[in-house]
Amino acid sequence: MARAKGDVGGAPIGWDGKTVLAMLEESERLFQETGRYQGIDRLELKEGDHFRYERAFAKLRGALVAARETALHISASPIVRNIGELCFALYTPEGDSVAVSTGIMVHVHTMSEALKWMVRNNYERDPGIRPGDIFTNNDPDVGNVHTTDVHTMVPIFWEDELIGWASGVTHQVDIGANTPGHDPITPTSRFEDGFHLTCERIGENEQIRQDHRLRSQRQVRSPLYWDLDEKCRAAGAYLIRDAVHRFIAEEGIDYYKRFTREVVEEGRRIFMARVRERLLPGRYRAAAFVGIPWKEEAWQPKARKDFICHSPMEIVIGRDGDFFLTMEGASAPGFHAFNCAEGPMQGAIWVLLSQMLVYDGKVNDGSYLALRHYFPPGTWCNAQDPQLSYSTPWAFLIPAFTGLTRCLSRALFARGYREEVVSGYGFTGDAIQGGGTLAFNGEYWPAANFEISAVGLGASAVRDGLDWGYAMWNPESDQGDAELWELLEIGIPYLARRVKANTAGYGKYRGGSGWEALRLLVGNRDAELYMARADGLTFMGSGIFGGYPQATSYRLWSRGSEIMDRAAKGQPYPLGDDPDTEEFEQLVGGEVTRRATAMMMPEIFHDRDVLHYVLSGGPGCGDPLERSGQRVVDDINDGIFSERTARDVFGVVANRDEGQEKWTLDKEATDARRQEIRRLRAERSVPYEEFWQRERQLIEEGQLGEPVRGMLRESMGLSQAWAQEFRAFWKLPEGFQP
Amino acid sequence: MDRRVAEDLIDGRLSWPQLREILFHPKDPERFQVVMDILRERLGWEEPVLLPLAEHLYVVQKGSQRVVRCDCGFEFGDCRENWKTKARVLVRNDESLLRELYPQMMHSDPEWMELREFYCPGCFALLEVEAVPPGYPVMFDFEPDIDGFYEWLGLPLPSSISD
Repeated sequence: MARAKGDVGGAPIGWDGKTVLAMLEESERLFQETGRYQGIDRLELKEGDHFRYERAFAKLRGALVAARETALHISASPIVRNIGELCFALYTPEGDSVAVSTGIMVHVHTMSEALKWMVRNNYERDPGIRPGDIFTNNDPDVGNVHTTDVHTMVPIFWEDELIGWASGVTHQVDIGANTPGHDPITPTSRFEDGFHLTCERIGENEQIRQDHRLRSQRQVRSPLYWDLDEKCRAAGAYLIRDAVHRFIAEEGIDYYKRFTREVVEEGRRIFMARVRERLLPGRYRAAAFVGIPWKEEAWQPKARKDFICHSPMEIVIGRDGDFFLTMEGASAPGFHAFNCAEGPMQGAIWVLLSQMLVYDGKVNDGSYLALRHYFPPGTWCNAQDPQLSYSTPWAFLIPAFTGLTRCLSRALFARGYREEVVSGYGFTGDAIQGGGTLAFNGEYWPAANFEISAVGLGASAVRDGLDWGYAMWNPESDQGDAELWELLEIGIPYLARRVKANTAGYGKYRGGSGWEALRLLVGNRDAELYMARADGLTFMGSGIFGGYPQATSYRLWSRGSEIMDRAAKGQPYPLGDDPDTEEFEQLVGGEVTRRATAMMMPEIFHDRDVLHYVLSGGPGCGDPLERSGQRVVDDINDGIFSERTARDVFGVVANRDEGQEKWTLDKEATDARRQEIRRLRAERSVPYEEFWQRERQLIEEGQLGEPVRGMLRESMGLSQAWAQEFRAFWKLPEGFQP
Repeated sequence: MDRRVAEDLIDGRLSWPQLREILFHPKDPERFQVVMDILRERLGWEEPVLLPLAEHLYVVQKGSQRVVRCDCGFEFGDCRENWKTKARVLVRNDESLLRELYPQMMHSDPEWMELREFYCPGCFALLEVEAVPPGYPVMFDFEPDIDGFYEWLGLPLPSSISD
């Protein structure tokens, strides 16, 4: 029997009789040689008939958005169905994204990496790529962030040729890791990260294979959500395939092929033009740090270490518009869940640039091609070791990329585009994860809360940051209704949700505020819960132009609370926590635990226990003493800042009008307080030289704490350039080790 | 952008609907010039202002030198060197100094991370806050290529009156 195209050993399925691998190699060669995608010189279709070209893009983009909006209703997971943690994209045969839907766009590029991995490994030859095939991937080392993000990739054929890929990603409630949850924190290797699917063919003839379905549903703790999410992704991908077929029927295959090339090149050119339009040539620098205090807490002996992850960032923009981002000096990977492959780092650049520079352009892999980057191999941000754990790279990635927002903001400010400045964003650290078992029927409930999609955005240079409404990885963030989360997390209903005072980063323009929640365990046989937020001992990023970083988080819970007894007596319970008072202790009772660390390792909880958590605010911009006094008073009345913060940080004195139950501005006292703070600044500050001598002395005399010394030694060991810079800055002798 | 709107933008007086309009529209290529005209007029300095570097800070052409200057008049020296080396510094590296700003447990552990506040020695405006581990080198945040930038703009570099 003759072999069909795409079968093992069959004829090539690429264009003009080529293999897809040959197409990818040629595409990369042309880009290397010309600096342009596919070597395209002129955008002939765009120049020839601009309206047809734009209509064509709108058709494809519309098809992707429609596929997402339709397919998400197949899912049962609130994360996908209500919060919208999914995304679809159309790719070229080589794996370059052409157009994307709305949603978790950070994955558009990671799916591109997975497709290229399949092409490079010559899947065309073995296992074959045929019409009706369905592939899936969630392997972080191949092209993914972490195992809980699962991709479904469907080849699109026209006659005998592969003309592209329709792909979708959803974020799973659970992936069968060593603990329940979607961002596990206890894994130390791949073998604890849960279910892996490394670009596997899971379906043929447009059907998901039964052996895959049976196996995968046994690999995760929430098989129903898994099954429906998989159907959601496949349905979306087929909606896109059908839309592409209609497009070709209307516009012709030659137009489609040329169009998908030109539109990526146009995406690249739009990015290049935006760099010149909005930024400046020059050098920009930032750094972010995450402290992990695991010397006592980690489960596995080799993970028991206090350490700081170092994420330096340097961006150099050349006069020719070349944009180069490097993280030279980054920390090493390790025995923890926060390692990251290169693909997600590329995806993070892409998702932030598409929000800050090219939000109204052609958003596709053209933006990725338009910049150069260097994530040093063998560091946390390009670990290059498939055996490491990649369960929760977000813990390091999210803080690291606050550096990008600050670097770009310096340029935007200098150019006069002050409205585009953004000082950073809040830590989308997990509110609550894990799961429990109901007492009355033994049913398992997962805790996979995505309230994290609603943290504070950093301030701009003309207005405050968005309150409780931003997530860096999904430009369409949504907090979700408490009632909706309770359907999923049935054993831990809400007692309260409210604005968390003093979480907004201080500044002339303040960061967006964070918020807090209280949950009560009810009706459980048992529950194992944890939290993945990582900014407890270290601030996440900084503010800008004199703005401060947002507050860090902390952990608080009560075991054996008296809340049920109090409720029976009709007595009040707290709606949150003020760590400077003992209201929680008094109104909740029980054995109360408070910890300065934001991350919480899995703990067993029981009925009547009360758990509190904080969702992050965003950083500030500008000197807080320059914030309008009335705005600060409004903040007190809105619960954003306490009266003490207003007085001590902003220098604003407010008086309580008990009749109106409002705070009012005392202008005279405010002027005096601000003068006093300026005087204190003069009194307590020292000349730079004195500061420099003091800090140098700490280093030279070995007085730095072990986590800091460890971080410095690690970066110096991994990067000679960073080591030289460190020693040169502090005028330390050659070979000096902190 | 209309000059009046630009003034309101600089002063943070635009409402969200007004800002939304600006954010939704393509960027106005003349913005740099409009903003610089306003800033130069407000500062009233004899020497040409080349670039706003940050809140309060400007790069000024002073003779043959380009210096960083605060709007209060204090000069931080050559713009090729980090202006922070001429600033006054307060390091919040103990619990009590951090607690002046943040509630209990809502700030860094000073052994792991300190806050460095850089003030203008002239007016004591807070110009930048670094959140870094103790012993971390001071960040040189931004080194603009001013000549390259004016090339991009197609504008002549304003020359110093004393040139």
